[in-house]
Amino acid sequence: MDVPIAWYLILSAALFSIGVFAFLIKRNIITIFMSIELMLNAVNLAFVAFAHHWHQVSGQIFVFFVMVVAAAEAAVGLAIIISVYRSRETLNVDQINLMKL
Amino acid sequence: MTEVSPVLRILPEVLLTLTGVLVMLLEPVIDIKASRKPLGFLAISGTLAAIAATGYQLQLPPGTAFFGSVQSDAFSAFFHFVICGIVLVTLLVSLDYFEGHTTYVGEYYALILFGAVGMMLMTSSVELLMIFISLEISSISTYILAGYRKRSATSPEASIKYFLLGSFATSFFLYGIALCFGATGSTNLFDIARGIASGASPLLLTVAFGMMLIGLGFKVSLAPFHVWTPDVYEGAPAPVVGLMSTAPKAAAFAVLLRICYGAYGTMTHLWMPLIWILAVLSMTIGNLGALTQRNVKRMLAYSSIAHAGYLLVAFTSLAALGIASAGFYTAAYAAMNVGAFAVLGYLSGFDEKRTNLIDYAGIARRHPVAAAALSVFLLSLIGIPFTAGFFGKFYVFTGALNSGNAWLAVLGLLNSGVAAFYYLRLLAQMYMLPAEPTLEPNTMRARPGFILGVAILVFAVFALGIFPNRTLSLARDAGATFTSHPNPVPQPQAEAIPQQ
Repeated sequence: MDVPIAWYLILSAALFSIGVFAFLIKRNIITIFMSIELMLNAVNLAFVAFAHHWHQVSGQIFVFFVMVVAAAEAAVGLAIIISVYRSRETLNVDQINLMKL
Repeated sequence: MTEVSPVLRILPEVLLTLTGVLVMLLEPVIDIKASRKPLGFLAISGTLAAIAATGYQLQLPPGTAFFGSVQSDAFSAFFHFVICGIVLVTLLVSLDYFEGHTTYVGEYYALILFGAVGMMLMTSSVELLMIFISLEISSISTYILAGYRKRSATSPEASIKYFLLGSFATSFFLYGIALCFGATGSTNLFDIARGIASGASPLLLTVAFGMMLIGLGFKVSLAPFHVWTPDVYEGAPAPVVGLMSTAPKAAAFAVLLRICYGAYGTMTHLWMPLIWILAVLSMTIGNLGALTQRNVKRMLAYSSIAHAGYLLVAFTSLAALGIASAGFYTAAYAAMNVGAFAVLGYLSGFDEKRTNLIDYAGIARRHPVAAAALSVFLLSLIGIPFTAGFFGKFYVFTGALNSGNAWLAVLGLLNSGVAAFYYLRLLAQMYMLPAEPTLEPNTMRARPGFILGVAILVFAVFALGIFPNRTLSLARDAGATFTSHPNPVPQPQAEAIPQQ
């Protein structure tokens, strides 16, 4: 049985929205970082679904690049998080507020 | 059709990458206590080589390479010159900034070079995959650079805020790319333009454009996506702020131009109102926000939001003229903003002793030359005649008037009037008030690198303000690439790499 592409897209949009909301409401930096990863993976799902729809392999290649970039971003991001923890001894975004918005 | 080797199409980027790798390789070889300045000179010579390579690219016929993913043309060359210029001056200015304060100076030069590679690739990419990867190369380097004053409390905070909101924005941009791919079956800008012309799903395309606009809006700090800007600019080291408030923005604006005029060229009714609203919001919020700031770096951060708004006004004057005025404004803004942050970095030193407006009271008496240079940059930011800022604003607003956006021009001019107030307040602080006796005098001496960098910028500000024609004709050529090559230049057969 063939699953219609719309289902994949709805799932991808739902995952992306969950990621956005988690980014906005979560208070721990690590969790916020995880919600960004969730958003990226939602995009990957959309890419694969569209690649299947258009019978084009380029969409799947795009996913590989997204994964590579996400890994690079994670490496740098975690290093930055460590440097924040060293200077503040907390990972709560509400307490990382020396500079006000 | 003459065949051009694909490597020549990305020659400046290749040179910068090689220099960056060389800097990284030499860094551990140098004695740990020794000065890192030779690495800085190496980085500077690499940047000069990249400028020369861009000049060489201008001689080549415009064309694509690597399966149509990068295109070197007058447009990419113009932005290459701007970005290389910014990087060159930033390197000159930071030669002594970090000396004695941190041991990671070698990596600093390498990161700036790698970031520049990303920014320059962004301007020459015509494939959304390439644009995404180069956007990430430039972003990841600047995330690290923002946190370079590791021991201070504010710098890591700036870094984490920039990182989190930057990656958040990237995911939006990426989702937009996915939807664009879904609508047209391709991620090549020319194929997307063709897909739009042949009636791809308008709903998907609209959402895709909105998503990409959100992503790029974060990167260039357009209101309402600007909230990270003041915090990051306050915490990051001043020379880095000069770099990241201009070079990545120039690159992101180049991408936006390629998407708006290249891919979505036939859907102006879709993006014109969006750009209009963002331009007005950015100008107004930026200028009103700057009025209330006590911290000079935050004030300039809000001013950079406003300037992003002025730049967007250029988008509304359609066709080649809009691209030309946007390009010119990027160059003008780069010269004055890098200069302002360079002088601020010099006056406040590595420890950022002078942060508030009040700390700049009477500084003209203690540092007359630095204060004079800062005044030139501030006057140019206001848009006084005979400075770069004047012609930048002049071309942008004339373009808006000519294309029937009179209201936008009026709102922009009103905003410039408001903006004059807070720049003049800093000027008055420097020249009119007596010096603050409590603040110990700055121990940092002006070094040749810094003097040369600021001299180049002052020269650029006046050159663009008095003889704008040369830069403007370059920008016109850049704008013309969109009208003369609506379709991709045919790819030379040689690069069709054997398939499987």
